Amino acid sequence: MTLGSVPPKFKVNIDRDQCMDCGRCIENCSYGVYRREGDKILIESRKCTGCLRCVAMCPRDAITLTEKPIDYRSHPLWTREVREDIIKQARSGKIILSGMGNARDLPVVYDRLLLDACQVTNPSIDPLREPMELRTYIGKKPSKLKFKKTESGDVELETKLAPNLKLNTPIMIGHMSFGAISLNSQLSMAKAVTELGTYMGTGEGGLHKDLYPYQDHMIVQVASGRFGVNIDYLERGAAIEIKIGQGAKPGIGGHLPGEKVNEEVSRTRMIPVGSDAISPAPHHDIYSIEDLVQLIRSLKEATEWKKPVFVKIAAVHNVAPIAAGIARSSADAVVIDGFRGGTGAAPKVFRDNVGIPIEVAIASVDQKLREQGVRNEISIIASGGIRSSADLAKSIALGADAVNIGTAALVALGCRVCGNCYRNLCPWGIATQRPELVSRLDPERGAIQVSNLIKGWTYELSELMGAAGINSIESLRGNRDRLRGYMLDEQMLKILDVLPAGA
Amino acid sequence: MKTVKIDARGMHYTPLNQKIRAAIADGAEEIILDNVLGQRFIGDGLRGNVCIIVNGVPGGDLGIFMSGPTCIVHGNAEHAPGNTMDRGMLVIHGSAGDAVAHSMRGGKVFVKNNIGYRGGIHMKQYEVEARPILVVGGTAHSFLGEYMAGGLVLVLGIGKDKAMTDRGIGSGIHGGEIIIRGEVDDYLLGTGAKKFKFTESDLERIAPIIKSFCEQFGYDAAEFLDTNYTKIGPASSRPFASKYVWE
Repeated sequence: MTLGSVPPKFKVNIDRDQCMDCGRCIENCSYGVYRREGDKILIESRKCTGCLRCVAMCPRDAITLTEKPIDYRSHPLWTREVREDIIKQARSGKIILSGMGNARDLPVVYDRLLLDACQVTNPSIDPLREPMELRTYIGKKPSKLKFKKTESGDVELETKLAPNLKLNTPIMIGHMSFGAISLNSQLSMAKAVTELGTYMGTGEGGLHKDLYPYQDHMIVQVASGRFGVNIDYLERGAAIEIKIGQGAKPGIGGHLPGEKVNEEVSRTRMIPVGSDAISPAPHHDIYSIEDLVQLIRSLKEATEWKKPVFVKIAAVHNVAPIAAGIARSSADAVVIDGFRGGTGAAPKVFRDNVGIPIEVAIASVDQKLREQGVRNEISIIASGGIRSSADLAKSIALGADAVNIGTAALVALGCRVCGNCYRNLCPWGIATQRPELVSRLDPERGAIQVSNLIKGWTYELSELMGAAGINSIESLRGNRDRLRGYMLDEQMLKILDVLPAGA
Repeated sequence: MKTVKIDARGMHYTPLNQKIRAAIADGAEEIILDNVLGQRFIGDGLRGNVCIIVNGVPGGDLGIFMSGPTCIVHGNAEHAPGNTMDRGMLVIHGSAGDAVAHSMRGGKVFVKNNIGYRGGIHMKQYEVEARPILVVGGTAHSFLGEYMAGGLVLVLGIGKDKAMTDRGIGSGIHGGEIIIRGEVDDYLLGTGAKKFKFTESDLERIAPIIKSFCEQFGYDAAEFLDTNYTKIGPASSRPFASKYVWE
């Protein structure tokens, strides 16, 4: 090979004075970095992905990890990544796949938005003392209510309300399929959302029978591959989501590699063991907005109009008019996934280059729907890179009803964002189907961790709202007056409809 | 047998489907729908063994998510009959639109005449009990059996010089089989599709399906029980595996 090898990404070192030779690093590393030869633990740094499982499990803190121990001659344009991608493609002639979300160092709009707080004139509210209304209803809201008086003199609601999902906190967990992640990961999250009174998505992989006890808190997904979709599945879900696009890879479909399709995944997806699960780029029964209406209504007819139907799209350039079309299509919520959204696997060129930031998408969709007088027709759920309660509060102030988290929930389960999800070797038992790895994740403990995260964010959201003198989530929604832009250009401020800091 | 008649004239699909559900709940074994004209979603998500006779032209997504019943249509059908269907049977005494049997996972769709584009697209099978079958008496437009992951598509080309003249047959196919009466020109095959010899044992396997189809539409099955077919299947069960390299 004339190209030779590229430098290893990590250098692993064991402090031999600290090491007690327990071998937990060997046991825990599914990538095969460590091995025992004689009385010594040997290290093969090149295999390291930086998942930090060994570091987390070493009882003596004896392991250190150095990123990029050997770097290339520095160059602002021809970065290490660019050079290595070229080398990889020169070797293979193929499309480069990658895991997790956009890994480019692009400015984060959330970090340039600042929240408001009360001082003197308008007292802040202490959430310890005052009730904070975080309950959120996802679904159509009537444009007006009609009442009638009954014979006994009571007032009765005459308007027929569309089915809504009731969330105790405006945080849901997005769609990560069984196949992409393990059953224990799904179980952990399902237990957490059930306890908290919120919801999670099944992803495209069907609904495993072990999740049936939590089905009232699960949103079942219908994607272009229609894996696992039948009438039982549709009836089990609390709501149904049609997945049109995904922020990590707008415009293309998905392929679950045959290696990940084991017995259980095969049964849940209803496809043969070992075959690739291919989701085409479009739904081949949806070639127009009218066809989308037809699929939405077919799902509503199938479930007798008892369940809300969501449509998930990737945030792309024309996201606002697309969402406006969806608002008129009988859909109950539009889920917008920004360009930082995660994935088990996506072509790198898509992950890093296609789509727009979620912050901008929320603002322009909310604006467009309000202009057209249809904002009440549809809820907005934002996802794609929501990292904290601050991102959550800012999303709602920009106009979202609720957010979906993905990567954050996985980090709560142990994920260290190493980005090797597609290899089926996740040492944390998350993005893998290997039983010995999956069993490392205890769903009971996982549930506590995920639940703790959502609880923590919920407390923080209450505090942020209280500080701003707001005691109801509805008063924060679309309340862009409580945001200020910091170091954002004029055009961006205009699109976000946010004033600059100081104004 | 308990039969219920419903006059669908001028009725929106939601009340019509509600009436069908109510009739099934009431124990109907046969439901006759008269004057059907464009009502969508007939049979949507229904279970059980009821037989629905549709007199007229049903709208899109006939039998979508259906799991068990039979629909017999005396007329043409619109877009995507048999869409994501699980079990049961559709018999269409006419032609049907695009995306017939889209993502179907089980049951049978028999179309007497022709179908539009993307027939049998992404049909898939799971074990033996879920193996979908689409039989077309006439011909089909482009992208027949595209992305097919399982099941059987059979095109008989009755009354045609050639059963298939449109391109893109089985593009992206990674499971299942497409069987076409007579010869199929190579240039009609899509990427990832490959021709295989149609053998006596293949005939033995599909003979009951041919017989059942002929029985429905009053054809003489004997005319079709020979090996003058072309079988098209996947060149690989992992058509995209060689396209990617990991980061």
